[in-house]
Amino acid sequence: MDSKRSLSFEQPIHELQQRIDLLQENEPDSADRTEEIRNLKRQLATVTEQVFKNLSAWQTVEVARHEKRPHTADYLRLVCDEFVELHGDRNFGDDQAIRSGFAKIEQYKVMMIGHQKGRTYKERSACYFGCAHPEGYRKAMAKMQLAAKYQIPVVTLIDTPGAYPGIGAEERGQAWVIAENMYEMSRLRTPIICVVIGEGGSGGALGLGVGDRIAMLEHSYYSVISPEGCAGILWKSHEFKETAAEALRFTSANLKRLGVIDDIIEEPLGGAHQDHQQTSLSLKEYLVRVLRDLVPRSMDEIIASRYEKFRRMGVFLEDPASVNPPEQGSA
Amino acid sequence: MKRQKRGVPEGLWQRCPGCQNVIFRKEAERRLNICPECEHHFYVSAQERIRQVLDEGTFEEWDQALVPTDPLEFKDRKKRYSERLQAEQLRTGLSDAAVTGAGMIRARRVAFGVTDSAFIMGSMGSVVGERLTRLIERAGREQLPLIIISGSGGGARMHEGILSLMQMAKVSAALAQYDQLGGLFISVLTNPTMGGVAASFASLGDLVLAEPKALIGFAGPRTIKNTIHIELPKGFQTSEFLLEHGFVDRIVTRQRLKSEIAQLIDYCGK
Ligand SMILES: [Zn+2]
Repeated sequence: MDSKRSLSFEQPIHELQQRIDLLQENEPDSADRTEEIRNLKRQLATVTEQVFKNLSAWQTVEVARHEKRPHTADYLRLVCDEFVELHGDRNFGDDQAIRSGFAKIEQYKVMMIGHQKGRTYKERSACYFGCAHPEGYRKAMAKMQLAAKYQIPVVTLIDTPGAYPGIGAEERGQAWVIAENMYEMSRLRTPIICVVIGEGGSGGALGLGVGDRIAMLEHSYYSVISPEGCAGILWKSHEFKETAAEALRFTSANLKRLGVIDDIIEEPLGGAHQDHQQTSLSLKEYLVRVLRDLVPRSMDEIIASRYEKFRRMGVFLEDPASVNPPEQGSA
Repeated sequence: MKRQKRGVPEGLWQRCPGCQNVIFRKEAERRLNICPECEHHFYVSAQERIRQVLDEGTFEEWDQALVPTDPLEFKDRKKRYSERLQAEQLRTGLSDAAVTGAGMIRARRVAFGVTDSAFIMGSMGSVVGERLTRLIERAGREQLPLIIISGSGGGARMHEGILSLMQMAKVSAALAQYDQLGGLFISVLTNPTMGGVAASFASLGDLVLAEPKALIGFAGPRTIKNTIHIELPKGFQTSEFLLEHGFVDRIVTRQRLKSEIAQLIDYCGK
């Protein structure tokens, strides 16, 4: 691991790795060397596990935003056996913050749709760091409707800090397109699988987030607001981002407990950025398993249970003594 | 529902944010809380909305029994969410930011919902989402036209975290089902309608009406300014701006709101 690119809490892991690398490169082969390397590797595994099993909420955000973390473009390459990209929203443009197209995953034909963050500075600014404009959400919906026409299941990969906050975005109806996407996804007549692969930033995530199965990669987060935004409003300073991150309870384990997501996809030891191949393999296995389950079902059943899934969300109290006025002339 | 106190400070006079004139409060109240000088539409409470839009004495409240709780045990700099809820309930007389039920508009029975921007900025948490969803579902079963008047600067309520975000999906899915049943949904946007409320039920009307000069949008103006570092154009994110860009069907003054809703219901044959 490149030390410049490691997070502060990854330091002990990084140091052990460096020691192993030094031994392997510089010491002549010997029984002692082999033994020491074996010891260090054992330590490395223990330390990595300790760090990554006990990530704080804020550390999870740092992992989810890690610049080496696999993005949609990586999964399109590593998960899909074939990918035929489809561009444009037929209305305004081709938002680079959303990638979409036909793909094959083993025996399944799917429509892949995902937020794209980019890796080089040029790529990142072309897609506004993964923040889609209204044309991005319209592009996603256009491709989903195409998929539904031919009963092709939809897979969405969610990875965005949020929908883009800008003048053009408001002029072209950012609020409207996010609402419309949830509205149409709730009744889209093809199976939909949603996976949060990094950042699940608020409405911008939810615009691709209504489906039959919702999963998160282990160290991703999914939140009503960014920890910085929440800290700015409720703590009056971004410096409280770590406190806000904890308070929002947005890690995969929390969301599973709250019944908001169905599944957590485990990441390799040390996080997805340590091993793109292994993460992609886990994601692929998950998608195949869910497709195998969903594809044979009738569309009416799928739509009904998708509705029920979101219908159940929320936590409130209800006084059983209080009753509503009776219903009238029901249809 | 009891109201002990209003969500705005009491006083005989108030300064109008529209024209900066000092207005005799009673005079504005007589005119549906509209500035007599410049037609600026002041805040009105959920109760006041019900009085202004529904025929007198026809409102029956639904799902009053739902009360918010604190599922995340959320605590911000100042207080626990549970304490904040109590304080807001005392201050506004509301149990949460949405009031729902049925009533008559010029003798037409409708399902009616309103969010009150005085209760934690009119934000949507589990109770607001659940009340609206039940309202929409019942409107579908009883074949009633649906009117929702939104006032929410807060969008999805942070204190309930992801559960608030999911209310956006829940309510939108209910509206899609209602649409499938042929229901008529008239959404009325008032000052302010932002964030997760704008990006869910508020923008999903078959007809979208807006009060004049209301602030309506997805991202808050300050967030946008901090992102793009340029001054925002005059009139940005107002009702008029959204009408110009094609997202609002009509801008309707408060005096005309009730009769226009009745007229639109008649056009759609409900
Ligand atoms: Zn005025």
